[in-house]
Amino acid sequence: MSVKLTEEMLTALPDARGHFGAFGGRFVSETLMDSLMTLEREYLRLKKDPEFQATFDKDLADYVGRPSPLYFAERLTRETGGAQIWLKREDLNHTGAHKVNNTIGQALLASFLGKKRIIAETGAGQHGVATATVCARLGLECHVFMGAEDVQRQSLNVYRMKLLGAHVHAVQSGSRTLKDAMNDAMRDWVTNVDDTFYIIGTVAGPHPYPLLVRDFQSVIGRETRSQSLEKTGKLPDALVACVGGGSNAIGMFYPFLTDESVQLYGVEAGGLGIETGQHAAPLCAGRPGVLHGNRTYLMEDDDGQIAATHSISAGLDYPGVGPEHSWLKDIGRANYVSVTDDEALDAFRMLTLVEGIMPALETAHAIAYAVKLAATMDKDQMVVINISGRGDKDIHTIAQLDGIEL
Amino acid sequence: MSRIEGVLQTLKGQGRKALIPFITAGDPHPDETVGLMHTMVDAGVDIIELGVPFSDPMADGPVIQLACERALKHGTSLRRVLAIVREFRQANDTTPVVLMGYLNPIEAMGYEAFADAAAAAGVDGVLTVDLPPEEADDVAPLFAGKGLDPIFLLAPTTTDERIRAIADHSSGYVYYVSFNGVTGAAKINVEEVAAKVAHIHELTALPVGVGFGIRDAETAAAVGRVSDGVIVGSVLVDTIARNQADIEELKRALTDLLNPMREALDSLAS
Repeated sequence: MSVKLTEEMLTALPDARGHFGAFGGRFVSETLMDSLMTLEREYLRLKKDPEFQATFDKDLADYVGRPSPLYFAERLTRETGGAQIWLKREDLNHTGAHKVNNTIGQALLASFLGKKRIIAETGAGQHGVATATVCARLGLECHVFMGAEDVQRQSLNVYRMKLLGAHVHAVQSGSRTLKDAMNDAMRDWVTNVDDTFYIIGTVAGPHPYPLLVRDFQSVIGRETRSQSLEKTGKLPDALVACVGGGSNAIGMFYPFLTDESVQLYGVEAGGLGIETGQHAAPLCAGRPGVLHGNRTYLMEDDDGQIAATHSISAGLDYPGVGPEHSWLKDIGRANYVSVTDDEALDAFRMLTLVEGIMPALETAHAIAYAVKLAATMDKDQMVVINISGRGDKDIHTIAQLDGIEL
Repeated sequence: MSRIEGVLQTLKGQGRKALIPFITAGDPHPDETVGLMHTMVDAGVDIIELGVPFSDPMADGPVIQLACERALKHGTSLRRVLAIVREFRQANDTTPVVLMGYLNPIEAMGYEAFADAAAAAGVDGVLTVDLPPEEADDVAPLFAGKGLDPIFLLAPTTTDERIRAIADHSSGYVYYVSFNGVTGAAKINVEEVAAKVAHIHELTALPVGVGFGIRDAETAAAVGRVSDGVIVGSVLVDTIARNQADIEELKRALTDLLNPMREALDSLAS
């Protein structure tokens, strides 16, 4: 079942209560409702404010270094023997990932709202670093919540955040990963709601977060669209992006949703294999439920308790996903697939050796699937992979697997 | 008239305030919960709020988070919680029971199936922390239609417009969260609570229960003076945690906590 999307349909979503079809919404405790409604009102106003948009665009250009290149991976294409593979180089952004597009936008919102204290959750630490970075620049107090297990496996990013002046809170509850970091960030927010702005790092959470994060990240797809037309005279045939919460994927997909000829592939973390249950692939193997303020596909047991997840990449190790992805899955506009830890590791090594580009382990999931996909396509076709982040932060994990102590 | 309305009207007629304890079902073990509920009734409580354990209790502090973990470790599913209420009802058909928890276990069971099973088990009200009235257009009437009072939270940040809208969706009572924060934090400001509750009383005829930050007879009396009832949670759950190895000792400790609160509330009676 696939629906032809029009601009009119897209501008009507999310609806006034934040729904994308059956998904999204605002499922939070009463204390937060007023703040969320104020944020929504102010964002919808600022979205149309030329001064706000000009400031955002200027920061993306001069501070982040946009536009990021669209690079033809010639040798990878030759080795794969199928469609042309192009890379959207979000790894070249300041702080090394796509996350900063969103933190620039939300920090700007926080400034317009007069909030001086910032909180954020982080998995791999990329969003935490991107948040700490904009807080340093704007002189805002910054608290980052990070699962204790992730603090350990992403120690480099923890240290980067501390150097940037952020307070990093290691979260000991639950599975001690991204979902627990988000729980504690929500607890902090409900406690300090009067003076605190919560910069959510992905397109999940209560309305209006999925909307505003998507808007801030859509610069990725807009640039890809015009760069593709400029360099090849046509639109890509397929876009591939990894999906944890799904912010880099939605940023890439959104400006192409009405272009029927462009196939969209979101790649979830298959962990040890979907059949083992040890994965983080709610769109491939979960069902709809309510967590962290929105209705979306979740990994849960029969009693509605949230399931433990597994992925080699901390940034994908999350049992939920942004509600707009759930909607795109159900209407058949985007395809959601998964690759395993091992496939992602192979892809990490391949891109590093063949193109001299070391991707984040999250991104390596997209690469692994894109290479399989490109091999089945014609040589005159074109696949774009969103290289959402660079791999420096994962060097310790890779070295450990190689039995090397750094 | 629902069991909750009946109890609250009787108390009002006597000039008394409701004492409403919260414990997490299945903590320390699902086999013990019915016994703990009877102990609390014997100590003079009026309505019992029974927590449905959830893996990700975002609105709760560490005390209730740990209670959820203990209960889930022993397999306390929503169905098991309903079985607990059914067993409690065999010996008590007067004390109202309100289930309090998060939406996802109910969503997983199915709203209609849950409402039927809860009503049949003898549940009187349902309070879902992460279900604001905006998302309850279908759920609240469904619950009400089965004889379950939909109970919603009000907070210090709730605007007048929302207080009216929330009261429209509610029956039984409304639960006023005394401060911005998670359960178990200790920063209640009685003057602020008094002002806000008086204001809520101007906007709705529903009884107002106040929870968060009530930990002893003194805070219970202070808050009881300005509201229709007090909800006591984390201090009881913490007592369960500290006495989980000895259930008889635990029951004595709960009684010792609740008795002075009951006396303090009754000393307010006009």
